[in-house]
Amino acid sequence: MKTFTKVLATALTAAIGFSLVGCAANSSEEDHIYRTLDEIQESGVINIGVFSDKYPFGYVDENGSYQGYDVYYANRIAEDLGVEVNFVSTEAASRIEYLETGRVDVVLANFTVTAEREEVVDFANPYMNVALGIVSREDNVITSLDNWNPDDSIIVISGTTAETYLIENYPDIPLQKFDSYATAKEAFENGTSAAWANDNTEVIAFAIENEGYVVGIPSLGSQDTIAAAVTSGNESLLNWLNDELVTLGTEDFFHADYEATLIDVYGADYEDELVVEGGVI
Amino acid sequence: MPDLGLDVLFKGSNFLRLLEGLSEAAKISLIAIAISIPVGLLVGVLMTSKNIILKVLFRVYLETIRIMPQLVLLFIVFFGTTKTLGWKLDGETASIIVFSLWGVAEMGDLVRGSLVSIPKHQYESSKALGLSKNQTFLYVIIPQTVRRMIPLSINLITRMIKTTSLVLMIGVVEVLKVAQQIIEANRMSSPNAAFGVFLMVFLLYFVLCFVISSIAGMLEKRWS
Repeated sequence: MKTFTKVLATALTAAIGFSLVGCAANSSEEDHIYRTLDEIQESGVINIGVFSDKYPFGYVDENGSYQGYDVYYANRIAEDLGVEVNFVSTEAASRIEYLETGRVDVVLANFTVTAEREEVVDFANPYMNVALGIVSREDNVITSLDNWNPDDSIIVISGTTAETYLIENYPDIPLQKFDSYATAKEAFENGTSAAWANDNTEVIAFAIENEGYVVGIPSLGSQDTIAAAVTSGNESLLNWLNDELVTLGTEDFFHADYEATLIDVYGADYEDELVVEGGVI
Repeated sequence: MPDLGLDVLFKGSNFLRLLEGLSEAAKISLIAIAISIPVGLLVGVLMTSKNIILKVLFRVYLETIRIMPQLVLLFIVFFGTTKTLGWKLDGETASIIVFSLWGVAEMGDLVRGSLVSIPKHQYESSKALGLSKNQTFLYVIIPQTVRRMIPLSINLITRMIKTTSLVLMIGVVEVLKVAQQIIEANRMSSPNAAFGVFLMVFLLYFVLCFVISSIAGMLEKRWS
C-alpha cells in the first residue's frame, strides 16, 4: 500500500505541474478576448446572447426555436453579416459576464442601457424605448400619482424597477408587493388595489389582454433605452452595428419587427412609442 | 376543475423538450458520478494515509469544495478560467468538471469515513490469517466499506442530480430551464401554467432519482 501511495502522490504532483505549464502557455496566446468583425465573418458563425424565457422579446416557442423581438433583430444581423447565428441562452444576472469572457459576440437580451453597465460593456445605439407604466380600472382611471388617496394602494412585483421607483419618489403611496406576475395579476383582477405599476410594456400588454383596464400613465420615470451590447473595446463590431441600425432605419426595420413579434401583445397604438429606428431616439 | 395549465405541456414538442432537458441534467450528473466513484475511492484511500502533505492537501481540497456554493464554483470554472487562463470551456464541460470536483471530494470523504469506521480487529485478524496488506484491503476491508457507503453515496448522487438545476446559470438548457421557457412563452395565454409545468418537473426528477435509489437498494441487498 505504501509504494502505491507514493506512486500516486508523484503522479498527482506531476499532473498539477503539467497543468500549470499548460495554463501559462495558453494565457499569452490572445491579446483580446472578443472576436473582431473579420474574425466573426471568417468563422461563419456569430454567437448572440438572448433570453430564452422573456416573452415576447426572447423566448423559445413550443417547437424549440428562438422567437421574439430581439431574436428577429438577431436573425437580421446574422443575415446581413452573411453568417449563421448561434443563440446562447443567457440570464439577466450573467449577461455582462458572457460579454466580458467573449463567449458571445453580441448580447441582445432586452438589455437596458445604464451608466453602471456602460462602464463594463459597450452599447450600440438603441433599438427600443422602455419606461414604467401604470394600469388602472376603466371606471377609476389613474392618470397622475399626485394627490394620491392614502386608502388606495398600488400593486408592484418585488425586485422590479417599478418598486424602487415608487419607494424613492412616492414614499407615501402604500404598495402591495407580490413575488410573481401571476399572483400580482390575480390580486389586481380581484380589486385589491386601484392600480398596478410595472414596465410599461408589461402593463400595456395586460390592458390589451384584459377587458376593462386602461393604461392611464403609459410613461413614468426616466425614459430608458434598450440596445445591443458588445465586449468592451470591440470597435469594429460596434461600428458595424451602429451603421447597420442606420441602414435598417431607412426601411423601418424595427416597425416591421414590432409588427411581427410585439403587435399581438402590445397592439398598434404603442408602436411609435416603443420602437426606435436608426439608433436615434 | 381549476385551470392547471396541463395542456401547455403537450403543446408542440414541449413535452419532448422537457425530456431532452432531463436527459441533459442526467448526462451531466451521471458522467460526473461515473468519474466521482472511482476517483473518489482513490482519494478516500489516500485521505487515510499517514503522509502529512497528502492529508493537508486533501483536507484543503475537500473544505474548499464544501464551503464554496456550487454556483460560485460553476462561475469560477466557466467564466473565471476564460478571464485568467483564456480557456473557453462550453457550459456542459464546465458543469461536468464542477460536479466531478464536488463528487470526488464528497465521495472521498465518504470512503475515508467508511474506512476508519472498520474496526481495528478486522485488520489484525487478517494479519493473523497471513493476508498481505493488499489482500487485506481487497478481500476484507473494501467489501465492508462499499456496503457501508452505498446509502451515503445515494444521498450524494441524488443531491448532485438535483443541483444540476444550477447549470442554467451558465447557459446549459436543462429541465428546469425548459420549464421556465415553457411557462414564460405561455405567460399571457395560460398564466397558471407554472403549476402544471413544475408538477411535471417534480415527477421527472422523482423518476430519475427513484430509479437510482432502487438500483442502489438492490445492490445493497445483494451485497449484504
